[in-house]
Amino acid sequence: MTLAFYIAAAVMLLAGIGVVVNRNPVSAAFCLVVSFIGLAALFISLNAYFIGIIQILVYAGAVMVLFLFIIMLLDIKAETKRKINYYSAGGAFALVALFVAQITAVLDVFETGKKEMPELAGDKGSDVAAVGELLFTDFIFHLQIVGVLLLVATVGVIVLSKRDAPPDPAPDQ
Amino acid sequence: MLTLNHFLLASGLLFSIGLAGVLLRRNIIVIFMCLEMMLSAANLSLVAFARFNLTEAGMPDYNAQVLVFFIITVAAAEVAVGLAIIVALFKARETVHVNDLTSMKF
Repeated sequence: MTLAFYIAAAVMLLAGIGVVVNRNPVSAAFCLVVSFIGLAALFISLNAYFIGIIQILVYAGAVMVLFLFIIMLLDIKAETKRKINYYSAGGAFALVALFVAQITAVLDVFETGKKEMPELAGDKGSDVAAVGELLFTDFIFHLQIVGVLLLVATVGVIVLSKRDAPPDPAPDQ
Repeated sequence: MLTLNHFLLASGLLFSIGLAGVLLRRNIIVIFMCLEMMLSAANLSLVAFARFNLTEAGMPDYNAQVLVFFIITVAAAEVAVGLAIIVALFKARETVHVNDLTSMKF
């Protein structure tokens, strides 16, 4: 269990670093797929099977196909080597280092986080039923709002990517 | 032995890598991918908190997993709209390099 956590976390983080350091956007996208698969493994190790499967289906599947599709549609080449702006790069590294230091400092004094993972009492594989029941009882209103949101996003995407319509031809006399 | 802090640290490191990508990279599509990575890192800490904070029935707090479900749905919609904006931007400017997009720079 502990070994599985370390393997999945290492895959996730190393592939995440790969996204940042790869100059070619296609390689970055494939690294992100690997990173999301590692993340899904972590979800499954947390007994969140439904979320893990959704992570692979939606993120590693649909979203990344969309990214690759756009990269190929725009025919983006690997970035040519530009002069690195050392001030902005140094500032970015300093900000990230500060953030990591803050996380480690907070986790160091976070006593609730130091207890071990408790055993589940009930059926371990019933999370799809539990999440579905919550979605269609307590969160039914939110579910419908999300449905409207997806519809609005679909319409918005079509409007954004539509070519400008040619002027109407003169009506026949 | 696995504790909640292990998962929170993994989540925080993934978020930091995403943040570094957003700050360092100049290709707008890669910046967008790093944003998705940061969103997923937040999901990981939500699921970890749900797993370690059991309800009285001894099961994870499924409200958090419903929230993660909604986050993933909204993220998918956001990716679709964002990529459509990037395509429109590319049609207008022929570039995805953020250094070339300075018309709103103060």
